[in-house]
Amino acid sequence: MTSTATVGDLVSQPYKYGFITDIETEKIAKGLSEDVVRLISAKKKEPAFLLDFRLRAYRQWLQMEEPDWASLGHPPIDYQEIIYYAAPKQQEKKASLDEVDPKLLETFDKLGIPLSEQKRLSNVAVDAVFDSVSIATTYREKLAESGVIFCSISEAVKDHADLVEKYLGTVVPGNDNYFAALNSAVFSDGSFVFIPKGVACPMELSTYFRINSGDTGQFERTLIVAEEGASVSYLEGCTAPMFDTNQLHAAVVELVVLDDASIKYSTVQNWYAGDENGKGGIYNFVTKRGQCRGDRSHISWTQVETGSAITWKYPSCVLQGADSVGEFYSVALTNNRQQADTGTKMIHVGPRTRSTIVSKGISAGHSSNSYRGLVQIGPKAVGARNYSQCDSMLIGDQAAANTYPYIRSQQPDASIEHEASTCRISADQLFYLQSRGIAFEEAVSMMVSGFCRDVFNQLPMEFAAEADKLLALKLEGSVG
Amino acid sequence: MIRPDAPVLLEIRDLQARVEDQPILKGVSLTIRAGEIHAVMGRNGSGKSTLSKVLAGHPAYTVTGGSVHYRGEDLLALEPEQRARLGLFLGFQYPVEIPGVSNLEFLRVATNARRSGKGEEELDTFAFEDLVKERLQVVQMDPAFLERSVNEGFSGGEKKRNEILQMALLDPLVAVLDETDSGLDIDALRIVAGGVNHLAGPDNATLLITHYQRLLDVITPDYVHVMAAGRILRTGGKELALELEERGYDWVDAELAATERAPAEVV
Ligand SMILES: Nc1ncnc2c1ncn2[C@@H]1O[C@H](COP(=O)(O)OP(=O)(O)OP(=O)(O)O)[C@@H](O)[C@H]1O
Ligand SMILES: [Mg+2]
Repeated sequence: MTSTATVGDLVSQPYKYGFITDIETEKIAKGLSEDVVRLISAKKKEPAFLLDFRLRAYRQWLQMEEPDWASLGHPPIDYQEIIYYAAPKQQEKKASLDEVDPKLLETFDKLGIPLSEQKRLSNVAVDAVFDSVSIATTYREKLAESGVIFCSISEAVKDHADLVEKYLGTVVPGNDNYFAALNSAVFSDGSFVFIPKGVACPMELSTYFRINSGDTGQFERTLIVAEEGASVSYLEGCTAPMFDTNQLHAAVVELVVLDDASIKYSTVQNWYAGDENGKGGIYNFVTKRGQCRGDRSHISWTQVETGSAITWKYPSCVLQGADSVGEFYSVALTNNRQQADTGTKMIHVGPRTRSTIVSKGISAGHSSNSYRGLVQIGPKAVGARNYSQCDSMLIGDQAAANTYPYIRSQQPDASIEHEASTCRISADQLFYLQSRGIAFEEAVSMMVSGFCRDVFNQLPMEFAAEADKLLALKLEGSVG
Repeated sequence: MIRPDAPVLLEIRDLQARVEDQPILKGVSLTIRAGEIHAVMGRNGSGKSTLSKVLAGHPAYTVTGGSVHYRGEDLLALEPEQRARLGLFLGFQYPVEIPGVSNLEFLRVATNARRSGKGEEELDTFAFEDLVKERLQVVQMDPAFLERSVNEGFSGGEKKRNEILQMALLDPLVAVLDETDSGLDIDALRIVAGGVNHLAGPDNATLLITHYQRLLDVITPDYVHVMAAGRILRTGGKELALELEERGYDWVDAELAATERAPAEVV
């Protein structure tokens, strides 16, 4: 085939992270019941408050129904066919990396996240989560020097129970929605970050989630608290092996930001998306919410969503403190048969709160990509302002893009601006670039990364180039 | 400059092409040697832009017959980007806008692609900036245009200048300039024509597609071709353009009618 192939012929290149690590895993039996919830809690030797939290959520989940309002279609999920706890067999979390199973270290090496002392990233502390548990967290001592706590949430439950009890479930309650309730009942691990008053976290923090087992659900829970005047930048990355069945991933992330504090939360999501016919891939149903509790507090979500067969995800900000700021920068790329319904909610409660939404959706193949966003201005949000920009890019003529902006304002004085655009990569644009010596695929990638620039600029430097490459990879075709 | 012994850069033989089911080029033949400047004129819709795009490899056009050799190599077998790397340049009649792609970055990637085609080393960002600053002067373009997206929001004339800037950077062996003069004000025309003259040399060749004598007043062609209905009907020296200017295309039509009748008369 020559370049007379149309843009629609772009096919995603084989998924690079699809390997499976052969490691002995401890799994509990399939299925969900109150006993399973108790078993998970017992395995983790949890205090009573947490078991209570889980059980309340579980009971509420039983009363709830799976939401169906998103533009997504998938066969029904059988919650009794899922394993709710899987962990690589090793006794306790190891004090030193030398004791961690080398196979696990090797896995993370292969994923480009070296953990060992010699090879680890120089300015990024990493919490590595494998299936249901955190296997290592780098730079803990160095962070502790400045009072920063960065560990798995299981460890936090043991070592900082008071903090966990104080904040867990206060942003995303146990009964918030179907998937959040499920997560609250069965979450296994995730990251915990606490930045004390006045501290600017001295390094980038990052959690890397790896699903390895084929029949296991992944339910991680992340809680980040920034006290008065504190600040942190946190990045989440994820991959999974290629299975031709679908795996459920239902995570919850809660952010709490007090006066003058800020959290920047970035995600580069590259779960396995299924094959070109839509077989396999992760079902990603995630609840992410941050609360700007304090005055002049700041939350910024940046996400690059490229994987998953299904993405259902709306990182949101509750802007409670006066003059607090919420931001959402998103690139969602879908190809083949992927479906994404993603966006944000900006809930303006306090006076003079501001929010910015920049969403870039790229749909290729037979995929479907929807932006769904809510801007809500409450009666006390005097002088609130929102700016939203939602752009869609279509590649080929089989893909779909939709935008569903919802605006609710109870504040006549608020200013809300919404801009939307749709463009298609045209054959003439590609030909123009080609006629200047730029190969077809590079031409596509140039246009796509140009389209995403506003969002990539928000990513921590170390990851912006990665994100660029990732998109190119996802679109790279067998055009030649 | 005509030198019968100069190497042939482009050899087009009986080229036929269609778009969808519609034949547009119906047998174009043209030989271009190093050092020559050719002008192609002809009514709207006669197939001039089609010829240029077929040469550059636009996917919308299907070649149905004939051949094109570029420095002895089968041009039609090459991808558009390979043609560009080997030194074929098309200045577009309607350059497209590419939002989000920085002009500077685009020019750098394109320049390096061409350099790799010449077996030269790629330029890093600093070396490239020096080069582009220098080449900007050829078209007297404001460096501010480098900061913008490729052609986005450029005026018609600015787009044309950006095309010539690309030509100046890519150092082509054969430059096909499709109506680079249209939409230019008087000063811009002088600047752009000056740029083309400046870049023309004994080792390269230029194919100018134009409607206007005023361009040919500044860039003197060695040959003028008249295209009609997908064929080159007539070839002459620079005086042919003057004749067209005076008499219009009607007489070309008459001639076309005569050639179309010809086969019937033979029968
Ligand atoms: N992509 C296309 N689809 C349909 N028709 C086309 C296409 N490209 C060219 N044509 C037709 O082919 C014929 C030749 O077009 P072309 O653009 O080559 O003319 P031109 O000589 O460059 O004209 P002008 O002087 O107006 O630029 C026209 O009738 C045009 O409508
Ligand atoms: Mg034309």
